[in-house]
Amino acid sequence: MSNTTQVGETASLACTINGAAFAVEVDPRRTLSDVIREDAGLTGTHLGCEHGVCGACTILVDGEPARSCLMLGVQANGHDITTIEGLANGDELHPIQQAMHESHGFQCAFCSPGFLMSTVALLAENPSPTRAEIREELSGNICRCTGYESIIKGVETAVELLAGNEPEQTGQTGQTGQTGQESAQ
Amino acid sequence: MKNPPFVYHQAHSLSEAIELLATYGEDGKVLAGGQSLLPTMALRLGPPEHVIDISAVPDLDTIGLDADGGVSLGALVRHAEAERSDDVRRLAPLISEAMPHVGHRAIRTRGTVVGSIAHADPAAEMPAVCLATGATMIAASSQGERTIPAAEFFDGYLTTALRPDELLTHVKFPAWSAQSGGAVVEVSRRHGDYALAGLACRVDLSGDAVTDAALAFFGVDSTPVRVPEAEAALVGKPPTAEAFAEAASIVSTTLTPTADIHGSTNYRRHLAGVLTTRGLKTAASRIGVSA
Repeated sequence: MSNTTQVGETASLACTINGAAFAVEVDPRRTLSDVIREDAGLTGTHLGCEHGVCGACTILVDGEPARSCLMLGVQANGHDITTIEGLANGDELHPIQQAMHESHGFQCAFCSPGFLMSTVALLAENPSPTRAEIREELSGNICRCTGYESIIKGVETAVELLAGNEPEQTGQTGQTGQTGQESAQ
Repeated sequence: MKNPPFVYHQAHSLSEAIELLATYGEDGKVLAGGQSLLPTMALRLGPPEHVIDISAVPDLDTIGLDADGGVSLGALVRHAEAERSDDVRRLAPLISEAMPHVGHRAIRTRGTVVGSIAHADPAAEMPAVCLATGATMIAASSQGERTIPAAEFFDGYLTTALRPDELLTHVKFPAWSAQSGGAVVEVSRRHGDYALAGLACRVDLSGDAVTDAALAFFGVDSTPVRVPEAEAALVGKPPTAEAFAEAASIVSTTLTPTADIHGSTNYRRHLAGVLTTRGLKTAASRIGVSA
């Protein structure tokens, strides 16, 4: 039997968010981003455009990046959701957060949760991306402050941190020759 | 930017989905990946009264290998899955060529290839790939299944030959010849944006002559369009820069793209010509021919 939810009725949603079971009754018209922010109370997922253009609401669904504004809450049923709140371990920043912080990748930081989640997905699949690959991967996220260079530098620093290397200082000539020294595209 | 109210239906089988479409199809929309439907709903552009979610329908998420050497994509195959598939790369390389151009990664992980085809945005890549490969649409309804050639499928802006009670369950891409080279090229303002102009092309070679060619443009009309005059000009000639330039010149004088805020008619026409030589050159290089 198909399930039908009339206007004004709610449907059941059960998923995991950042490893914890989460269940709620939701109006099907509500987006996953609203469910995350308002029902789960995780307001780190930001909403910029709410129609899939800006990337601020990017989360991971079963480990893959997705726009939470382009999913209905009910579509997350049975899935594993990771939000920005799932990155840090208590007060200890995730290496990608740490790297972005060190590289001045945050200014107003409204876009940052989306950039960080996109970066988590990129580095999970490709631990040592080229600068061109980083730029392409992050092309779905819009930042109106930084001009992007410090964010890309942050990803490159994260690559070093995650590989267990001491990241080079911004502005210095790289000794490893692996980060940040390629000419801009 | 919040979705308007709708009645939400979740189908658990193909027959349920078809039954729901028979009842509500006129005022309804199918939800698969949602990457085209949800933005249009958020912007409240003709929102549907009924949303029929097919994501729980079994067996639609498969990339099928056809007996003729082609590939069939089910309605729930996501762009990212097609992009990663070695079978698709081997048997339908034009799809693999198109995938990196489709939206951004976070869109491709959710959006479906067949959904993009059914949505029929004239600036999208996959409808043009369907034209260039001669794909076949397989539509199911309570009256049974029917097949629609790609050439008869795209009727107008966001409009297809699908009836409101039909579900596009599969798109079948025919066997790709070892003598065929293909390319998808486009120009867009930012990576991942819809193209100002784009081209999905295929060129078939035998000996040193072109035996068949397909030039399917997107972003230049209300549907994806082929340019038969330019294709015919290539056939029988060797795949040289001169032959490609002649085709490009025919393309840029034949197409009449609409002007908008992003580009004038003449600029888009110029782009289409540039993309013709660029696409054909890349297509030929895929089968070891440098032009």
